[in-house]
Amino acid sequence: MEFFERFAIPHPSPIIYASMVAIGITLLAIIAGLTFFKKWGYLWREWLTTVDHKRIGIMYLISALLMLFRGGVDALMMRAQLATPEAQLLDSQHYNEIFTTHGVVMIIFMAMAFIIALMNFVVPLQIGARDVAFPRLNALSFWLYFMGAMLFNLSFVIGGSPSSGWTSYFPLAGNEFSPSVGTNYYMIAIQIAGIGTLITGINFIVTILKMRAPGMKLMKMPMFTWSALITNLIITFAFPVLTVALAMGTMDRLFGTQFFTTGNGGMDMLWANLFWVWGHPEVYILVLPAFGIYSEIISTFAKRNLYGYKSMVASMVIISLLSFVVWVHHFFTMGQGAMVNSIFSITTMAIAVPTGIKIFNWLFTLYKGSIRFTVPMMYSLGFLPIFTIGGVTGVMLGMSAADYQYHNTMFLVAHFHLVIIPGVVFAMLAGLTYWWPKMFGFMLNERIGKWAFWFISVGTCVAFFPMFISGLDGQARRMYTYSESTGFGFWNMLSFVGAVALAIGFIIIVYNIYYSTRYASRDIGSDPWDARSLEWATHTPVPEYNFATIPEVDSSEAFWDSKYNGHKLFKGKLKEIHMPNNSGVPFIMSALFFVLGFSFIFSIWIGVIVSLLGICACLMHRSFEKDHGRHISLEEVEKTESELRGGK
Amino acid sequence: MKLDHSQPLEYSSEQGRLNILGFWIFIGAEVMLFGTLFASYFTLEGRHGSGPSGAEIFEIAPVLFETILLLTSSFTVGLAIHAMRLNNKKAMMTFFIITLVLGLAFLSVEIYEFTHYIHEGAGLTVSAFSSALLTTLGTHGLHVTLGLFWGIFILIQVAKRGFTPETANKSFIFSLYWHFLDVVWIFIFSFIYLKGMM
Ligand code: HEM
Ligand SMILES: [Cu+2]
Repeated sequence: MEFFERFAIPHPSPIIYASMVAIGITLLAIIAGLTFFKKWGYLWREWLTTVDHKRIGIMYLISALLMLFRGGVDALMMRAQLATPEAQLLDSQHYNEIFTTHGVVMIIFMAMAFIIALMNFVVPLQIGARDVAFPRLNALSFWLYFMGAMLFNLSFVIGGSPSSGWTSYFPLAGNEFSPSVGTNYYMIAIQIAGIGTLITGINFIVTILKMRAPGMKLMKMPMFTWSALITNLIITFAFPVLTVALAMGTMDRLFGTQFFTTGNGGMDMLWANLFWVWGHPEVYILVLPAFGIYSEIISTFAKRNLYGYKSMVASMVIISLLSFVVWVHHFFTMGQGAMVNSIFSITTMAIAVPTGIKIFNWLFTLYKGSIRFTVPMMYSLGFLPIFTIGGVTGVMLGMSAADYQYHNTMFLVAHFHLVIIPGVVFAMLAGLTYWWPKMFGFMLNERIGKWAFWFISVGTCVAFFPMFISGLDGQARRMYTYSESTGFGFWNMLSFVGAVALAIGFIIIVYNIYYSTRYASRDIGSDPWDARSLEWATHTPVPEYNFATIPEVDSSEAFWDSKYNGHKLFKGKLKEIHMPNNSGVPFIMSALFFVLGFSFIFSIWIGVIVSLLGICACLMHRSFEKDHGRHISLEEVEKTESELRGGK
Repeated sequence: MKLDHSQPLEYSSEQGRLNILGFWIFIGAEVMLFGTLFASYFTLEGRHGSGPSGAEIFEIAPVLFETILLLTSSFTVGLAIHAMRLNNKKAMMTFFIITLVLGLAFLSVEIYEFTHYIHEGAGLTVSAFSSALLTTLGTHGLHVTLGLFWGIFILIQVAKRGFTPETANKSFIFSLYWHFLDVVWIFIFSFIYLKGMM
């Protein structure tokens, strides 16, 4: 019995019990459904073992949407609790747990997955490649991320959620003040997903550097591919820092090391530094791909080539470098002294310059363009003003002296939501709508999509602008309630209304997906937006080998030139095509990582040993395996091609 | 599979070239990993609480011995790759085995060193300094251990399959890894031990 006690929730509530039941029922329903419809084989063959970047992208997408739902429910609960003074909906412990899981789920498991989803689907197509450099590792990346996400979410019903914030500062996150296993979940689930992300970073750098279509020089890459390259470089150099920090945090909690403790020489601020050395680059990992998406969409729907291509690239490079030297702005108040604070103030404010350059480039692209107000374009246009407000308030926060006033108030919360939501969430929704027809062969309904856009953009403003005011008035972040006399009530009620509007917007999107799946026309050709880059040059649905013959390119808008300027993309003859084999190992290995993580979290050492041995066996299997891939015969390629052409 | 015979065997296939570039980038990530460990170590170096400090526990003899073992092994793995380029399987395997044996010897001395530290009262949980020291050294040691297993796998494959684009590619990448561990060790030797003993 004693063994099982550790799995109990230390601070239960009816919501948690209801979730346990709901999760149990959903699992049973999935298992029963798969069995009843005899889909286990299909699931295994077509999805769990796939190494196809398009399918992996779609699996990332589905997971990201699931996590968006989880994080969104957390958000609504928080806003509901704060809507009125002295509300009793959540107690302080539950409120702490919810803002922690909200932050982690949204950043690590939702936003990261969403951008990696789009990178996976789009980048190989944009550069005219058949897959990524290491398809098998790509599958491993996804499954590690997925297992990490599932493990983290399990904390809600087994053992208790973490409650020391998504930043998990020590000593709060140490055993003394966070005795439940919640913070173990934090340390280990993020570690597993982070390793997956690091592998993605390496994989995509090699893919983009080495597998571009003939003629596509670096300065002729589409802007989204450029942003993906830079993002993956940041990933590769920032994530190892997180790996080390999490490992140290884990050891402090499980093995009694003294890295971040308050006695025996430990240094709690070391955690804060390491966390933000990763954490600030992380926000640019999220927002740079979004910039890439906007560049594609704005030039497509303004019917003009992107203004200032070179300065777009240069500004991203500068942002990526600066992003590593600003981390101290997250704790100006922690006593580094005026000199250090001033230096980091300057570097922080400097980031606004390249960011501003990008904003102006988009504006100049729009200037005199013939603009089509499609849903992706509306998100892009909504992004520009809202993001600018978020960015300008960032510069305010970046002034270290003033930050003593703003720090850890709702003002900060308003800042980062007003950069992350238009910067990342709008971009993902825009990108999703934009590439949806390439992924699924039909378009999302524009009219319903516009309703969603208005709810989401107005909802964002209504939810977060009031926080500037209540924050300046002194409302602290991460407080579970406040008294009537503070006068914060009105602003928080307004925020709640905005949050509900946002939620309605997302429900409309879900309805749109349902509606369009049922009613949208399947007869849309392969280029429904009249777009400019290579992903639109292949068929819809995209055949597994992407391009029957590899395109030849001589500008950054090769597909546009092939449509309107007589450039010939496909010169080669059809040949047989070499493709990588599917493999179940990435899935199995990641499942073992799940067991490993779970055993670590609960200090079940026998489980640790067994799963580690299993992981080593997988690695050994991989080392000895002879895998030369397979060939799709010429006849088969010809057959697929004529079918797809006929289907248009 | 298309092979480019103007290149050394390990570079001859497209996938082989991708693997090598990918591994270089991976080494970049590893540099960040060890860089973070070093930065943390230097931050915590003087914070040994009531436990012993570095100067009190470091011993030059075993450390020097480890350095010689690892440096030599880096040299022999270079010879192994050279032999591979000359298509001399026997020499390649001999140097490879010597490399792995030296790696194993290094590891044994390191384990001795660890027991010595624990004996001296600088166990993992004693102070921030001892935690950082043992974690940094341990991470390097873990890399060597994984390298030993990996090297054995590759050795078996070379023995069984001879030099193919795949086995040559794997051996070459292994040598990159091994050299990298050597570089890390040189940093450990200079900035943890020598500096700590001064
Ligand atoms: C012009 C560019 C920007 C500047 C100058 C800036 C500045 C700052 C500063 C100084 C803080 C810390 C404030 C405090 O804790 O008192 C902060 C927090 C934050 N920023 Fe920004 N920022 C910028 C852009 C962005 C972007 C583009 C994102 C994300 C896409 C972002 C996400 C965040 C997040 C998540 C936090 C809060 C982290 C936390 O404490 O939980 N920022 N920003
Ligand atoms: Cu920052």
